[in-house]
Amino acid sequence: MAKKLNMRERYKLMTRLGWETTYQPMDRVFPYDKYEGIKVRDWDAWEDPFRMTMDAYWKYQGEKEKKLYAIMDAFAQNNGQLNVTDGRYLNALKLFLQGVSPLEYQAHRGFARQGRHLGGDGARVACQMQSIDELRHVQTQVHTMSHYNKYFDGFHEFPLWHDRVWYLSVPKSFFDDANTCGPFEFMIAIGFLFEYVLTNLLFVPFMSGAAYNGDMSTVTFGFSAQSDEARHLTLGLQAIKFMLEQHEDNLPIVQRWMDKWLWRGYKVLSLVGAMQDYMLPESPMSWKEAWEIYFEQNGGALFNDLARYGIKVPDYAAICAKEKDHISHQVWGILYNHTNAAAMHTWVPDQKKMDWLSAKYPDTFDKYYRPRYEYWKEQEEKGNRYYSQALPCICQTCQIPMGFTEPDDPTQVAYRSCEYKGDKYHFCSDPCKKIFEDEPEKYVHAWLPPQQIFQGNCGGEGLDNVLKYYHFNDGADNMEYVGSPDEKRWKEWKGLNPDEGIDTEAKAS
Amino acid sequence: MSVTAIGEYPVMVRDGVEQFHGNQMVIIGWDKHLMISSPMAYPLPPEMPFEAFVNEIMPISFSAHPDWKQIKWDDVQWSLDGESFTPDMRASLKDNGIGHKSVIRFQTPGLNGISGSGS
Repeated sequence: MAKKLNMRERYKLMTRLGWETTYQPMDRVFPYDKYEGIKVRDWDAWEDPFRMTMDAYWKYQGEKEKKLYAIMDAFAQNNGQLNVTDGRYLNALKLFLQGVSPLEYQAHRGFARQGRHLGGDGARVACQMQSIDELRHVQTQVHTMSHYNKYFDGFHEFPLWHDRVWYLSVPKSFFDDANTCGPFEFMIAIGFLFEYVLTNLLFVPFMSGAAYNGDMSTVTFGFSAQSDEARHLTLGLQAIKFMLEQHEDNLPIVQRWMDKWLWRGYKVLSLVGAMQDYMLPESPMSWKEAWEIYFEQNGGALFNDLARYGIKVPDYAAICAKEKDHISHQVWGILYNHTNAAAMHTWVPDQKKMDWLSAKYPDTFDKYYRPRYEYWKEQEEKGNRYYSQALPCICQTCQIPMGFTEPDDPTQVAYRSCEYKGDKYHFCSDPCKKIFEDEPEKYVHAWLPPQQIFQGNCGGEGLDNVLKYYHFNDGADNMEYVGSPDEKRWKEWKGLNPDEGIDTEAKAS
Repeated sequence: MSVTAIGEYPVMVRDGVEQFHGNQMVIIGWDKHLMISSPMAYPLPPEMPFEAFVNEIMPISFSAHPDWKQIKWDDVQWSLDGESFTPDMRASLKDNGIGHKSVIRFQTPGLNGISGSGS
């Protein structure tokens, strides 16, 4: 009788499934393995970040799914949507479903691709598992949100919106960029930077925002995803360490990718900053606080660890430190200006929120941002709620409207430009400009919504035609929260006085 | 620098002027008025007189701001593509040197947004 294998032998047999090909040369079987310039001496040095065989994987994932869907059923049966703090909160979930869930799907595809193209079989298996995890995430998020879709606007066509709607080109282009990179760059961009360094800046604001605002459905999704995310962290960390340990020539390449992708991720996260500072009626943490904890402290410790390989913190970390007092307010201002063309509501923050913002941003909120909110409130009360009637100039790289300011002058929009093959290109910042200048052939391909609208590629001329192209229910998905169908329904369900605003309600209670 | 690729990487510009049906894209921003959250963009005929740009296009974005009505147009300072600029009101955009994706900025000394906050 054959001897029973021990755990180590069993694991190796079930996960080291690669071989040296003989019918075709290895370079043809793995055509993307060398072109990025990353040198691998020995794939056998790859250490599996999490030692899981497929049978264990399916068992654990299956158990999580059973629990999760039971809770979602209970949530739906008990009308859990009535327990959130306020109808405004739902706009955070709209941003999530429109902007983040499609990125989970993109990650699924990206990791599936690396699960085919990375030269090492250990790395491929880990990517394949992550690919299935990411598909699981998009599915569980869609299931979570589908309940809210029955009761609130702004959820109903999120995949089409992700492809067409102007502000969603920000997350979309981020991942289109990652998915058109080679396998090693993808592993740094997404596996390491997004899934490890920056992950808390995405995950924690939404999940603790959900907990603080009575959204047990999203909280449950968050808990259910946490153990998947733990595996993702370890894969990202193993990927960067492997690259840096395999050959000293890899260091400058990895550093360049680090510099590019930390900035790209940071810019996408400015949308999350606006969400956590403005969309959550109960706010656990400001963007500034989150940046200080998750990047300056935790990220700082990580960079100290990587310093032994020669990795440096990007120079622009100083810009991020100066901007942490500003970007969430600036992005909210952009969303407020253009909410007539967005599938979410915006509003002027109430007194309680403004006092919270004053306390969290003592050097900047009252000086630079409160005045505009007071003016907008005045206008709203006169029946003149301000909406932009024109399209913004957006940054060629991050695709956010150019509403960011000079690091040393928050009253001055930062304008950066360059020329490439006779055409002008504009950027919100020096790091976005550098990213373009390093790979201009890539970024001139960008599908920039304002330019596409002007070319007539988005339904034709005029906002009405564009909103039809967007499949918006005009007057329901978009516009000011106060007076929206979402608000009317919320007040009905909660027995609130339809004529009182949030500040009068606060006074009455 | 250049993109790293496995073969030739096609350069496909998605917003060249020839794709705008005779228009060019013009970008205009009002310094120190961030209530209007970013510079704004318009598809305009290159032959449009600068005067028409000031009287018909700029108000679309900027008249919502309380400072707009107080602007003293003789005191306005302009820049075009990063250089100081004195527009010829009667000349066309093109003849003023305003090309596709040119950025025009204007400053209104003494008017610095809501309560002077830059908004």
